[in-house]
Amino acid sequence: MWKLKIAILSISILALLTCVFSTSVQAAGLPQLDITTFPSQLIWLVITFAALFMMMSRISLPRISQVLEERQHKIDDNLKKAVSFKEEAEIAAEAYTKAQAEVREEAHAIIMETHTQITDNMATKQAELAEELEAEIKAAEGSIIDAKVIAMAVIADVATEVALSTTEKISGEALNKKDISKVITNILEERQ
Amino acid sequence: MANPLEQFTIKTLIPIPLGEVDASLTNSGLFMVLTVAAISLFLTIGMRQRLLVPGRWQSLAEISYEFIACMIRDNVGSEGRKYFPFVFSLFMFILFGNLIGLIPYAFTFTSHIAVTFAMAVVVFLGVTIIAIARHGLHFFTFFLPTGVPKVMAPVLVPIEILSYLSRPISLSIRLFANMMAGHTMMKVFAGFIIPLGILGGWAPLTVDVALTAFEFLVAFLQAYVFTVLTCLYLNDAIHLH
Repeated sequence: MWKLKIAILSISILALLTCVFSTSVQAAGLPQLDITTFPSQLIWLVITFAALFMMMSRISLPRISQVLEERQHKIDDNLKKAVSFKEEAEIAAEAYTKAQAEVREEAHAIIMETHTQITDNMATKQAELAEELEAEIKAAEGSIIDAKVIAMAVIADVATEVALSTTEKISGEALNKKDISKVITNILEERQ
Repeated sequence: MANPLEQFTIKTLIPIPLGEVDASLTNSGLFMVLTVAAISLFLTIGMRQRLLVPGRWQSLAEISYEFIACMIRDNVGSEGRKYFPFVFSLFMFILFGNLIGLIPYAFTFTSHIAVTFAMAVVVFLGVTIIAIARHGLHFFTFFLPTGVPKVMAPVLVPIEILSYLSRPISLSIRLFANMMAGHTMMKVFAGFIIPLGILGGWAPLTVDVALTAFEFLVAFLQAYVFTVLTCLYLNDAIHLH
């Protein structure tokens, strides 16, 4: 449809222009319709446009496209590099997390070991101390018993003496020391 | 008041008679040379350093490259890559020609039908040759749109052929008429500034300032339109609808 419109439009413009020009050429002499200038215009158009086309297609456009391509390459390259760097960073981060976990585990193990060591140490020390104390207690008990035996003996002697002298004073006759000692020893043994 | 059409006069600068043909360097030819020089300078200086991170000029050069590359990719597809240097040269030639023409006292070679029609004919012939080379006789089915009843063919085919043949005409007249009209308007308004004096001259001056800005837009737009239509014609030639 638009082609039709353009066609009609251009034909009417052409008709209008020819009308205008055919009248005005005679009146004012429109420079555009001076046919004698056409050859020089066309010759210089061909020369200059051909020169421009050669220059553009051989020099300018390849140069621009080269620069644009280089830039695109550079951008792609940098993007690729960025991706690889990111991957590397991710790997490093993973390694770091792994190392951290390992170290933590190790630290935990060391703490546990030290803990058990300390507990063991304490237990043995405690046992040793207990043994020592027991030995000391036993020794003390022994010496107490010894002292008691000695004391008993002394008490028996003293009691014999006291009984001997008491009976002698009361009854006036001396009893056999051996008998009294025997009796007192018996009494003491009974009481004990 | 000076004739507003006087600015379009072709003046011979260096006469070069080439047998029967007049190949003189005229103001038009000089500005074509200047345009080509400006484009080369722009792209050479812009891309001089080939920076990874472009500066201002390099950015401009790259933007113009990508602008046309994108236009071809969108309108023609990957098969259009071959024609990229031509389309790029065409766009830059028209754009710089239009823009340089806006400098006061400069000549606008795109305001001449001979130049624009020659470019349009080159595009038209090139596109037609590409189409016939690619599709052979099958190319002529282009004039009968698919899905149209056969009864309509006698009506539609002549219209399609006419619209196809009018392509170079509409293409060249659009550019030439736009440039000529814009420059004429500016000249007409400029011609009123001094006669209207210090009190009234401000009005046409303001209009001219606005028109100048508008003409910059037109300069770019017409270069763009010419190039986009070239791309669309190329697409038609390569894909046939």
